[in-house]
Amino acid sequence: MSTEKQQEHLKRHIDETEDVQSDVGQPDVGNGEMDEEFVEDLDSLLDEIDEILEEDSQEFVESYIQRGGQ
Amino acid sequence: MKRRIYGLETEFGIIWTPDGPRKKTLTVQNVVMYLFREIVAGRMYPDVFLENGARFYQDIGCHPEYATPECDDVAELVAHDKAGERIITRLASTAERRMKNDGFYGKISIFKNNLDTPGNTYGCHENYLMERHVDFRQLASQLIPFFVTRQVFAGAGKIKPSHRGYYAISQRAEHIREEISIGTTTARGIINTRDEPHADREKYRRLHVIVGDSNMSEFSTFLKVGTTGIILRMIEDNFIQQRFALRNPVKAIREISDDITCKHQIELQNGKRLSAVDLQWQYLECAKRYLEQAESDPTTAQIMARWEYVLTCLETDPMQLERELDWVIKWKWLQTYLAKRGYDWDSPQVKHLDLKYHNVRQEESLYYTLERRAEVERIVRDTQIRHAEHFPPEKTRAKFRGKFIKKVNEGKILCGVNWSYIQLYEPYQILYLSTDPFKPEFDEASRTIYSI
Repeated sequence: MSTEKQQEHLKRHIDETEDVQSDVGQPDVGNGEMDEEFVEDLDSLLDEIDEILEEDSQEFVESYIQRGGQ
Repeated sequence: MKRRIYGLETEFGIIWTPDGPRKKTLTVQNVVMYLFREIVAGRMYPDVFLENGARFYQDIGCHPEYATPECDDVAELVAHDKAGERIITRLASTAERRMKNDGFYGKISIFKNNLDTPGNTYGCHENYLMERHVDFRQLASQLIPFFVTRQVFAGAGKIKPSHRGYYAISQRAEHIREEISIGTTTARGIINTRDEPHADREKYRRLHVIVGDSNMSEFSTFLKVGTTGIILRMIEDNFIQQRFALRNPVKAIREISDDITCKHQIELQNGKRLSAVDLQWQYLECAKRYLEQAESDPTTAQIMARWEYVLTCLETDPMQLERELDWVIKWKWLQTYLAKRGYDWDSPQVKHLDLKYHNVRQEESLYYTLERRAEVERIVRDTQIRHAEHFPPEKTRAKFRGKFIKKVNEGKILCGVNWSYIQLYEPYQILYLSTDPFKPEFDEASRTIYSI
């Protein structure tokens, strides 16, 4: 089954069974225009990810020391 | 299906990142004290019940821990689990302001994962109230293969150095050392035998599950708890006839975790070899037969539909679940980011981004960046989560506890509260026991307390 088909399959199940939530976000895929939009979206998402990694990676990772829990 | 009480306990990890000219450092212990300061007011220990019926306290190893109130619906449980993240986020903002006033400038990061950098582990524990009549050995033998294999949809994903295979499905798998054990801090077992039902012990036992990962994805949490609930119901009704006994469950749980193609076959006691997905299919088929003759309900139907969808995808290509499952979502975005920015897999940026996936403070979180951009599937709405931050579930004992807490907080009345009792000190001197968690009100207590 292709991804789109499976998404549809899940969506159908959701529509049939769901009363918790119906507005499931679906990615836009399809014609060339969409692809261009998709690339722009991806670029701005990657920019956002850059922002959440603003501190020094090495220092940040090394500072993550907890005591073991349960 | 018959109602069941569910609960989730999450231990959070903490980093304090000092800022400003003097970069004053603080121990995790100190940061946690600041976190609790707003809500412990006047109490001896950092251990409180909240107006939504949940418990928030400091657990072993200095971890702040959030235990959801008793829920009798899995979607409701997802909302309450997420509410815990929002509550600790708010406490962190308040704590940062207080710290600033005390001269400590910086940022608190809060992680919902199961591993720190050196490899210490802490947990997300699931709790299921079960019927006492079930034979424990039988319960364990039917559950072990299920718990070993459900990580293919419940795992949170773990970074490994490139020479050790890049990525694993589960964070906890490597820390599981026994099949059955009472320990939660050493010699952790696939089945944990802690049994504190906080309810009538003759009727109920509590299944305390420590083998799972902490999930960011609502979809993963929903499926993890939902499928487990269905399996338990079949065991209680003595419906599962097949035997899936594994040759070496502790070895199997690691092997499955180490193979992100989900094709690896583990050995059964009868010599046959099956993949985790094959085994899950067998449990699913069994559940379908069970539900032909048992009463279903909307939530159970949603769980079944998603379970089948996930197994269908896992069988062909797990990467199709890049919107649903934590371990796949994280793998996809780690790879995409690295490829676009030209980082090497063993670079600190990968570990950094991995950690940030699990940050519950939304503006600093990879998971929440993806959620904001509708890159992940949801189970509940934000309005449901906001509601759960302040209001207890309507149909369990938590309802009364929540209302009670609100009342005593407003009136500054001294009391003692636990899962199964409420105690009013001077001048009332009353103790109310509630051994039935399915009952939202206890009449006598309600009358007295609402009249105060």
